[in-house]
Amino acid sequence: MNIAILVKLVPDLVEELTIDTSGVALDTAWLRLIINEFDDHAIEQGILLKERGGGQVTVVAPDIEGVDDVLFTAAAKGADRLIKIKGDFTGVNNHALARAFTTVVKELQPDLILTGVQANNDLDGSVGPLLAGCLEMPYVGYISGVSLTEGKSKVRKEYPGGLIAEMDVTLPAVLGIQAAEQPPRYVAVSKVRQMMKTSTIEERAESGLDMAGGPTIGRMFQAEAGQRATMLTGSPDEVATKLVGIFKELGVL
Amino acid sequence: MMTYDVIKSILVLLALLVAGGIFFWRIYQLLWVNLRLGQRSGPFKQWGERIKGVVVYVAGQFRLFRVLIPGTGHFFIFWGFLILSLTILQAIVEGLVSFANPHFLLPLIGSFGPLALLQDLFAVLVMVAVIYAMIVRLIVNPKRYLGSHKSQGVMVLMFIFTIMLSLLVMNGIRINLGQDPLHYWRPVSTAVGKIFSGAAAGTQVVIIEIAYWTHLCVVLIFLTELPEGKHFHVVTSVPAVLLRNLDPHGQLPAATDHNGQVGVNTIEQFRWRQMFDFYTCTECGRCQDVCPAYASGLPLSPKLLMMELRDNLKERGAALRTHASNSTTQATQVRPLVGDVISESVLWACTTCFACDQECPLFIEHISPIVEMRRFLVIEGRVGTELQDALANLGRYGNSFGQSERMRARWTQPIQPPIKDARREPVEYLWFLGDYASYSPTLTDVTVKTAEVFRKAGLDFGILYDAERNAGNDVRRVGEEGLFEMLMEKNSTALSKCTYKAIVTTDPHTYNTLKNEYPANGDEHHPVLHYAELLDQLITAGKLKFSKKLGYKVTYHDPCYLGRYNGVYDAPRRVIEATGCELVEMPRHHDGSFCCGAGGGRIWMPEGEIQERPSESRIHEAVKLDKVTTFVVACPKDVTMFRDAVKTTGNESRIEVKDLIELVHAAL
Amino acid sequence: MNQNIYVVIEHLRGQVAEISYVMLAGARELAKGLGGNVIAVLLGHKAQELAGNPSASSGKYLAADSVLYIDHPALADFTSDAYQKALTNLIAKDQPRAVLFGSTSIGTDLASTLSIKLGLPMVSSTRSFSADGKFVSQICGGKIMAEGGLPSPTALVTMVPGGYKAEQGQSTQAPAITQVEVPVLESLRVTLANYIEPESGDVDIAKEPVLVSVGRGIQNQDNIILAEDLAKALGGAVSGSRPVIDQGWLATSRLVGKSGKSVKPKIYLALGISGAPEHVEGITTSDTIIAINTDPAAPIFGVAKYGSEIDMFDLIEILTEKVKQSKGG
Repeated sequence: MNIAILVKLVPDLVEELTIDTSGVALDTAWLRLIINEFDDHAIEQGILLKERGGGQVTVVAPDIEGVDDVLFTAAAKGADRLIKIKGDFTGVNNHALARAFTTVVKELQPDLILTGVQANNDLDGSVGPLLAGCLEMPYVGYISGVSLTEGKSKVRKEYPGGLIAEMDVTLPAVLGIQAAEQPPRYVAVSKVRQMMKTSTIEERAESGLDMAGGPTIGRMFQAEAGQRATMLTGSPDEVATKLVGIFKELGVL
Repeated sequence: MMTYDVIKSILVLLALLVAGGIFFWRIYQLLWVNLRLGQRSGPFKQWGERIKGVVVYVAGQFRLFRVLIPGTGHFFIFWGFLILSLTILQAIVEGLVSFANPHFLLPLIGSFGPLALLQDLFAVLVMVAVIYAMIVRLIVNPKRYLGSHKSQGVMVLMFIFTIMLSLLVMNGIRINLGQDPLHYWRPVSTAVGKIFSGAAAGTQVVIIEIAYWTHLCVVLIFLTELPEGKHFHVVTSVPAVLLRNLDPHGQLPAATDHNGQVGVNTIEQFRWRQMFDFYTCTECGRCQDVCPAYASGLPLSPKLLMMELRDNLKERGAALRTHASNSTTQATQVRPLVGDVISESVLWACTTCFACDQECPLFIEHISPIVEMRRFLVIEGRVGTELQDALANLGRYGNSFGQSERMRARWTQPIQPPIKDARREPVEYLWFLGDYASYSPTLTDVTVKTAEVFRKAGLDFGILYDAERNAGNDVRRVGEEGLFEMLMEKNSTALSKCTYKAIVTTDPHTYNTLKNEYPANGDEHHPVLHYAELLDQLITAGKLKFSKKLGYKVTYHDPCYLGRYNGVYDAPRRVIEATGCELVEMPRHHDGSFCCGAGGGRIWMPEGEIQERPSESRIHEAVKLDKVTTFVVACPKDVTMFRDAVKTTGNESRIEVKDLIELVHAAL
Repeated sequence: MNQNIYVVIEHLRGQVAEISYVMLAGARELAKGLGGNVIAVLLGHKAQELAGNPSASSGKYLAADSVLYIDHPALADFTSDAYQKALTNLIAKDQPRAVLFGSTSIGTDLASTLSIKLGLPMVSSTRSFSADGKFVSQICGGKIMAEGGLPSPTALVTMVPGGYKAEQGQSTQAPAITQVEVPVLESLRVTLANYIEPESGDVDIAKEPVLVSVGRGIQNQDNIILAEDLAKALGGAVSGSRPVIDQGWLATSRLVGKSGKSVKPKIYLALGISGAPEHVEGITTSDTIIAINTDPAAPIFGVAKYGSEIDMFDLIEILTEKVKQSKGG
């Protein structure tokens, strides 16, 4: 089983996000980019599949600051091959990213492609189904469990309310991972550092970043709360008293 | 036909050869073959200090007196053993040369009166101590013995008693028979002899021989059994104390590396000196008695840990010997060490408070093997989700709160004029806050007050703003050595760009690692001070003057990493007194202080199935003090831990937790 | 090309999903400005009554000018492959101005792939439209909004809830239904094997009058008990956001939000929940939301009626005590 996992980096929401002077993009000066958390789950799911049934796991990511760390971390978890797509990916949308991934995936010929179901900065769809379109492969998203048998995969797809649909998907296919079967594992820093010495990141050049298919952003702004909550202040005791008052007013006490 | 005296010589010789052979064979297996499985230790330097330690801690039995009466009992048994070992020597030689002279006396040892008196008296003291020890083991049965080998202890006590008794009987009858020229020097033996004086001389001779053989056999059986149990410390204690760790307590030994695998997974991955500790454990349980994890009902007992490690070392050593001829892989059939012999929950329970290491009379190190095994768990990714979150946050943001480094100095916003940025201008004191003082919303008030006190004292100080990272003390103790190194590198780089005379820390944990583990600090050029030490200096120098006498009746909790690890006990107490408060000590104070339960990374882990939180035990202890209204701490984590404990024990109306700085601030 | 707005109606096991009405409301706003019609697209098998009959819960119809209904056994339950094939033909043939999908387990399986297959532009995470044909999408956990003109010729849009109320997409009149020819649906690569029902759990959080809901801020499993005590005192239950359920600290049946349940308690007390859109989706139907979070910038304060930046751990036990006292006296 040959598994390809595609990851991208997204803004870290822990940081305060600001808009740059153009008014149509995030200010990258203050941005910290981290692995998309769903992609992290995709890596975990891929490693779990390898541990269960063998195979080779290749992790592919665009060349964005911090990507080496992400790839070496994946290697420390058990990924066999690391591929970085070189090019200028600043401000590149998912359509272009999916097309860039397509070239690499065609070379890898994987049986299964995993990626995060969504990312916090998706504005033109998410990478998984876009890629499935480019490769003319089936796509199923919101996956929280995968099992593999000859040429097929059985996946657990999540619906609202906790309902799960078990679906059979013919391989090769693209799966959008919502949650791996277990939370992503911890990798010790020394293990990542060791990978930096022992493993190599292969490079591929992007073959023209085609952004066609995404929207043009006219304005980007920070969300203002339409109606902002009435803030209760004071000591814990005072706040608790105020809350009890509200509970009474609303008739639950 | 051979006479009895000739037969006696032959039998003594044979017994000696058999017992000595067994003894030395066992020693050879345990101390040579098994220890050679271990990793390199040393080099051992400072021999003067080491020998001094043997005098104070072995000859003087210094640490044993921390548990006073049993310690005193042990003192007499120990010295009795030394003094009376000469009589054993006499008995053996006497038996060996019996064919030539059945009444042979060793020169000096057998003929020096004062020595005879000393031996006579010590025999009694030892017997009294043994009876007392027997009562302690069988009737008092303190909790610290829980899990120790009771029958083994009792058996050895009976051995000692028998050896003493048989000696007195032998000596007594010899006096009766007029065979002892030193009989004036042996009042006790004389008294014992009186018991038998009515018997016929022939009967008395037979009794002597029975007593002789009992004496010799018990001594030799004891000798062969010595290496197998807790009494092996008779052999190992001198080297254990001699080769004890003389590095600062706060400096954790570096990780062992086994072809890229960091930490310890199998027993032979320990250093041989650590293995030696496993053998040295006497199962006295003093460590168990002071362990906060054990007291709160968690599965860790430092004593049982040592015993399990010792058993595993013997088992694996034997397995490796058996299979040495074919392959070592078969030896792996022995139960795996980490996760099986020592469960993960045992390893994660430790708060690294140092109470066990300090309490051990023989300087056994419990924390360093625990951390070594934690290192292996971390490398394997076998960490709980909460700890994983904390470590991931520390890796990404440099703090366990998962907040941006830019938020680190948010607490400074109301302070005018702004606190100096130590990265931009030289400062006298570089204030290293630590995560809790910087990020915890409940501690902002205390942190701001610290800054105000520093200002009032006219201190030239600055902070690192967003360049500060968690110093890594507890990251290291959790076993994440790589992350610790990363944090240390980042902090060291930031510090190296600053000009300062000294570092002052809010947090004792930060203090410990900066002082003892960061290479560039803790020397005379860049001293590291805890704020209690700095305040003490400022008060002494007259730079910090108080306008009020607070008049509170307070008690003070010694933080582990300030007190036990670094010996800072007096500075905070002097500061408390300077604020006009009356200090009342809790029963457990100074180096006997009881951990709050948050150290060693425990603050990032779920507390598990516990009976009583250590912090709650501590608050119960404090509220028993008469009229004490304030519980003073000198560690940000303590503020959090003990304020919680005051709430959960329902003592809000009786006692209030205050940071030392709050007292100082109030008294200004 | 025309100015019609197509809305792909989402339904699961015989029930029209709430997001469908939200999309119809959005489509109406867009259509008003563009001068087109709102056309609901329903795919299913023997599912006509979903379009023709009023909803069981609201008694209302889909607020569409008409419904295009495609019936095929392979469309009985949602699978991405069959739905995509059916929609590819329809969109290519009709060329509407926009096709709206839910930003859901169903909609996101379709829109992006169709964008590539049909060579049509797409926009995701759209919250609202303006009459002049602009979309507003929310990204970065609801912290950032992006606005732009609806791309041409046919924009494929995935919508998140929050911009419109479901009632705005409901009507008292039954829409006209047109049956559309079924495309060939064979050699499907994705098929439904079976459904796994959610664990029923001890309580149905959708029916609780008070929910004390905990997020990542609860820090560890030991602290759940604090929330349970408070919920018990208030006569309600404990629920949680995704991180808490993923850690296994609460059963899946307690999950509120996109992949969990939509709840409608009188009081929704959010403790240490930041308010990511996926969570907020499930709570907007609550009567009153009260949020406790130390981060003043947490999006949850944008949807809450009352809030406090106090540390939940300082508050929770005192609050429980006061609630108990208030009931006692």
